Amino acid sequence: MKKLKFYIRSFLLWELFQGLGVTGKYFFKRKMTLMYPRQKAPKSPRFRGLHALRRYPNGEERCIACKLCEAVCPALAITIESAPRADGTRRTTRYDIDLFKCIYCGFCEESCPVDSIVETNIAEFHFENRGEQIINKEKLLEIGDKYEKQIAKDRAADAPYR
Amino acid sequence: MDLELIKTIGWILVKIVAIIVPVILTIVYLMYFERKVIGFMQARVGPNRVGYRGLLQPWADGIKLLFKEVLVPSSSNKYLFIVAPMITMAAAMAAWAVVPFGTGLVLANINAGVLYILAVMSLGVYGVIIAGWASNSKYAFLGALRCSAQMISYEIAMGFALVGVLMAAGSLNLTEIVMAQQGGFWHWYWIPLLPLFVVHWVSSVAETNRAPFDIAEGESEIVAGFHVEYSGMAFAVFFLAEYANMILLALLAAIFYMGGWLSPFEGIPYLGQWFAFVPGPIWLILKTCLFLFLYLWFRATFPRFRYDQVMRLGWKVYIPVTLVWIVVVALLVQFKIGPWFS
Amino acid sequence: MEIDWLKFFFYCYAALALFGATMVIFSRNSVRAVLFLVLTFVASAGLWMLLQAEFLALILILVYVGAVMVLFLFVVMMLNMNLSPLKEGFVRYLPLGILIAATIVAQLVWVYKNTDMAALHLGELAQKPADYSNITELGLALYTDYLYPFEIAGVILLVAIIAAIALTFRGPQNRRSQNIAVQVATRKDDRLRVIKDVGPDSDLKA
Repeated sequence: MKKLKFYIRSFLLWELFQGLGVTGKYFFKRKMTLMYPRQKAPKSPRFRGLHALRRYPNGEERCIACKLCEAVCPALAITIESAPRADGTRRTTRYDIDLFKCIYCGFCEESCPVDSIVETNIAEFHFENRGEQIINKEKLLEIGDKYEKQIAKDRAADAPYR
Repeated sequence: MDLELIKTIGWILVKIVAIIVPVILTIVYLMYFERKVIGFMQARVGPNRVGYRGLLQPWADGIKLLFKEVLVPSSSNKYLFIVAPMITMAAAMAAWAVVPFGTGLVLANINAGVLYILAVMSLGVYGVIIAGWASNSKYAFLGALRCSAQMISYEIAMGFALVGVLMAAGSLNLTEIVMAQQGGFWHWYWIPLLPLFVVHWVSSVAETNRAPFDIAEGESEIVAGFHVEYSGMAFAVFFLAEYANMILLALLAAIFYMGGWLSPFEGIPYLGQWFAFVPGPIWLILKTCLFLFLYLWFRATFPRFRYDQVMRLGWKVYIPVTLVWIVVVALLVQFKIGPWFS
Repeated sequence: MEIDWLKFFFYCYAALALFGATMVIFSRNSVRAVLFLVLTFVASAGLWMLLQAEFLALILILVYVGAVMVLFLFVVMMLNMNLSPLKEGFVRYLPLGILIAATIVAQLVWVYKNTDMAALHLGELAQKPADYSNITELGLALYTDYLYPFEIAGVILLVAIIAAIALTFRGPQNRRSQNIAVQVATRKDDRLRVIKDVGPDSDLKA
């Protein structure tokens, strides 16, 4: 009896019509598409995008060349060279991040004792020439200066959960 | 050369253009609507950037393909590689010669119209098989083998389904088949030939290698099947041929089972008179659009068949079903049963 | 100048058929040979079409070109044959080949000489009205006058099919093929066993 029912169902293409019914219903449903460049999905304050080097409010760069980020980087994307500055403090002379190697894991930010290297929420960036994907210290500081407000806001929003 | 001959040939050429150009336009917008409809069914909106609501999208795609390089693989059979898409396209277009769009609106009203269409469609498989072989690529070859086996199998089921239609109409001429269905939608052949109609329609989907029967292309299994190695315009030609075949088969399903250009309200007291002003070709186009929508709906709904299941469905289910129903149709015709065969 | 178009097309198709047939023998690549054979079939279909045997012409394309030759092509492509060893005995077998060819030509000439060609002229065959259907005529001939030969031919083909299956059938044993009917008939209950129904409000349910 069960078998007969199954045969009748399969010859009447019952399940196929059910499937068609589902897609037919969705044909008239509200569409979920985001018109991307005009509309954007909200971003979490923890979003990990383009990197930046931050400064203290007095303009002094935070990075102390401890090289923890270089050590923790799983993709070996960070290259740091350091030397004492004129005032005797240890500073980086070179801080390069290869954005093609970077996997945006955020370990560098986690490991940083002075909150210097951060990942901003900038997701839309591109390169036009070969070699531009390696961003150096000047560039990173520049990004940090430019987006400091946003960076600080995100850090503040996430602070209660750290 | 006498003027009369030139006139006749010129007139035929005009007719050919009058068929081909709308067909190409329909193909172009079928692509657009396919993306739209499938998008809608997946809660997306589909292309909407090029032109108003993306209406120029197919043209943008076409221009892109035109400017792309047609790559010919170094170890391929170059002559056959170039010829293969042409064969597919020629077969897809040649079949339109006998398709009637209304009473007398036909390029060649030949007696063996159904046979002609079957014969020309069976030629289309050569384009695929030659493309697969000439590319000298394993994926392409696998795709070609799958495709040819599938097309041959479903051609048999389709041929048998058409035998039922021929027996019901008593003619191989497409115009006469439509004329035999006169008198409202309950006179059309989809009621007495319902199993054949279903088999014919599913075979049509299989014949054009559309989802869920797109094992010849099977992106997830064999990359893109027989046309992996094709790029630019050569690929576009395969694409156009596939859509031309889709439209053709949708139109044929309308002609064979849905009364072609006949109004569905024929013979109904008031509706019949209200809709009498609608010209026949409009009905035919509406019915074709219905079937084309079904094509898109199927693609949005069903997952791809496994290859052996496709073969089993064709040989072990559809051919026996059609064979049984042909006998039933023979009895119906013999004893003049129903409004269809009196 | 008045051109006899029928004759013109006849010679076109005849030349195409001869060219195709010759190339079947002379092409080095077996796949191309098969494709030339297809060309020959198409050209002969054209010739039949000129004789107003449109049913036969279309059946030739449908059956031979559309199905048989595709399977042929299938096999030839899969085998990936090298034709050069096959051609080694060409000179050795040449006399025999010429003998067979000569016999066939002699037979053709003999038939041609002994037939009243005037009665078979093309112009006379074309004397049918436009709505004349040779499918009907063919059907009537097959199912009345030639019923027994027709049915016997059908039975012979059936026997050939069954014989081919019997020869290749290795029996139900030693095979690990899938039974698709069983696979298709599988229900959710066969594969999925619900150990504990957690109810609709539980977090465990998606």
